[in-house]
Amino acid sequence: MKKLKLLTIIILFFIIKTSNSYSLIEVDITRGNLNPLPVAVSPLFQDNKSKNEFTKELDLEDLGLEISRVIENNLKQSGLFNPLSKDAFLQKPDIAHLKPRFEDWALIKAQALITGKVSLDNQKLKVEFRLWDVLAGREMLALAFTTVPNNWRRVGHIITDKVYERLTGEKGYFDTRIIYVSEEGPKTQRIKKLAIMDQDGFNNKYLTLGNELVLTPRFNPTNQMITYLSYFRNLPRVYLLDIETGIQEVVGDFPGMTFAPRFSPDGKKIIMSFAKDGNSDIYTMDLENRIVEQITKHPSIDTSPSYSPDGKYITFNSDRSGYQQIYVMKSNGSNVKRISFGNGIYGTPVWSPRGDLIAFTKLHKGKFYIGVMRTDGKGERLLTENFYQEAPSWSPNGRVLIFYRETKTNKKGEGFSAKLWSIDLTGYNERLVETKTDASDPSWSSLLSN
Amino acid sequence: MYKSLFFSSGFHIGIIFLSIFTLPFIAKKPIDVPPLISVELIQISDVTNIPYAPKAKKIIEKVKKEKEKLLSEQAPPKKIKKDNIKKINLDKKKENIKELTPKKTPTPENKKEKVKKEKLDAIPMPNQKKEKLQIEEEKKQNPSKKIDKDKKLKKIIESKKPNTQENKVKQVSEFEKKELFDPNNIAALIDKSKEDLGETNKKTDKITQSQDASMNISTLTLGEEDALKAQIFGCWSIPLGLPYNENLLVRIKLKLKPDGTLLKSEIIDHARMNMPGQGFYKVLAESALRAIRLCQPLKVPTSGYERWKDLQLNFDAREMLGG
Repeated sequence: MKKLKLLTIIILFFIIKTSNSYSLIEVDITRGNLNPLPVAVSPLFQDNKSKNEFTKELDLEDLGLEISRVIENNLKQSGLFNPLSKDAFLQKPDIAHLKPRFEDWALIKAQALITGKVSLDNQKLKVEFRLWDVLAGREMLALAFTTVPNNWRRVGHIITDKVYERLTGEKGYFDTRIIYVSEEGPKTQRIKKLAIMDQDGFNNKYLTLGNELVLTPRFNPTNQMITYLSYFRNLPRVYLLDIETGIQEVVGDFPGMTFAPRFSPDGKKIIMSFAKDGNSDIYTMDLENRIVEQITKHPSIDTSPSYSPDGKYITFNSDRSGYQQIYVMKSNGSNVKRISFGNGIYGTPVWSPRGDLIAFTKLHKGKFYIGVMRTDGKGERLLTENFYQEAPSWSPNGRVLIFYRETKTNKKGEGFSAKLWSIDLTGYNERLVETKTDASDPSWSSLLSN
Repeated sequence: MYKSLFFSSGFHIGIIFLSIFTLPFIAKKPIDVPPLISVELIQISDVTNIPYAPKAKKIIEKVKKEKEKLLSEQAPPKKIKKDNIKKINLDKKKENIKELTPKKTPTPENKKEKVKKEKLDAIPMPNQKKEKLQIEEEKKQNPSKKIDKDKKLKKIIESKKPNTQENKVKQVSEFEKKELFDPNNIAALIDKSKEDLGETNKKTDKITQSQDASMNISTLTLGEEDALKAQIFGCWSIPLGLPYNENLLVRIKLKLKPDGTLLKSEIIDHARMNMPGQGFYKVLAESALRAIRLCQPLKVPTSGYERWKDLQLNFDAREMLGG
């Protein structure tokens, strides 16, 4: 017994002796780089049989390669990722999809890897993909989709959304559409048509013929409906259009001009401005029972209303202080507060889908700015400056803004153009959005796959 | 009766011996104590790298005398950019330091040598007071033993000559000032009482980071920490979509090999990664892990492995995301 005690004491001494007497060193890492994450998008593998079928049906030589290009382009446009050149890839797509050699991918500095496989299953396109963490040497995500072969571009967008969400923590915005006003002809005689396209500029379609002037189209956040302003018989009215059926109708029976329409977050109401006798106030109309409600009552011009994502607040611009400024009020019109106090004129406020920011257009000293501020008006940040630009619209994840920019004409009135541009919240990733014609008044849809 | 007494006393003696050789507070200093004169010290003082070693006092006196002569004999020194001077001096110092204190791996074989070395160069610790005093007296009496080393040190100090008198005064520490401006006090310092020695040692320890192992200093020097931070800053791609106003602090505990490569990494709050609604935390944690893996081998100090073999990195992106 005594021996046992002694042994225990001796062992304890040795434990004390051998234990680490240093306490843990802590180092705080508070900075990092904002460089885009290097990603390798391997062409999606397809067997010969599927390859021949797809070539016949879609007139594409390598569908797997095309889908990978869609993903690559999306990731690059986001500004957060740097897709690596396919020429540098060391591993073939089929083997990479089964078991990547992480050393090879790490060698080309890839931190994430996307692999996949395309096949034909009962005349349907089946796409499976995997996202790999190259440095950790493990799989991060694996999913499969089945759709009609013609839908292959959308599959690319959906994959990008999933990858984006997994690597950034926020929802993507790639499986979305943009509605805009297509413009053609000289500046004094512009033909304006409603047009819709994928967010990357593909699959462009016109929704109106261009007989009437159309302005400010806005997507319903819950379904494929749009509301817009159209001058029918020289009377500007707010219209509603179902994209899938093509049915169009006037919103409300207002005895005057209605404009600047926008949907409520649940898609059940339309909020807009109604002008009568030189005064303009904000109204809502319930789309189910068609009940109209006046929200503001002020002898000033109140316009450009936009709901907060929870539907409890509305932001709008008004000249009630003498100059056009941005205001926030409760959705019943009470508790109106001015939030913009900077120099210049503020307009077109749009509440972010995240709820934390309000985007706006600002005119100051002859220049137009697109900026954001917090919902209490603090933290104003101007993201981009130009000769003329306005009408910001948020991506569904509240990270990117799309707007349009017009160029100056020369003395002869030549050189005018209007183009869509996008910019992210950092203010660095500004990109031209390709459209077939000139374009203005863009509006971003919510995610189609939701 | 005698037998049991014999066994009992034997065991007791054994325990006493064990406790002497094993208890941490009695144990000898760790082998891998960082070099006596660190580079950081040089950068801060910018005048001399050994202001606290007793032998420096003699040199300072010599230099002062020589300087007086030089000032009268030589033309005023050329103006050289301060940065250049710093670099040159640092390089020279580094070389000299290497020569003076040859780098030794912390092996048991080197242990005795290291201890000796410390006894020669380091300021005496409270528990070594008597021995140290003797050594210092010896040094004073037999300066010829140190001639070689002193010459090198002298060179280092001489290399400072382009600096103006004003600069020197500004850059030296308070301790140095005393030595420089009150030469009579040097002798007093050497022969000072036990209490004074203790106090001085404490001060010195603060500056030189780790002269005494019993202090268990477990931080990196500013230079070491900056080097590590700078390396990881370059590797960490911050996910820009993260909200800046949420509590997203990722703490990762690392076990490192002596060469700085990763042996093991562990997210301290790992359970949070799989909780619903913690997607942002998961993304941030993964990005932090990627940064560590990408960066390895980490830029860790070349010595003192025991000190930094376990390391905790706290990744906080709020500053970047909020800006």
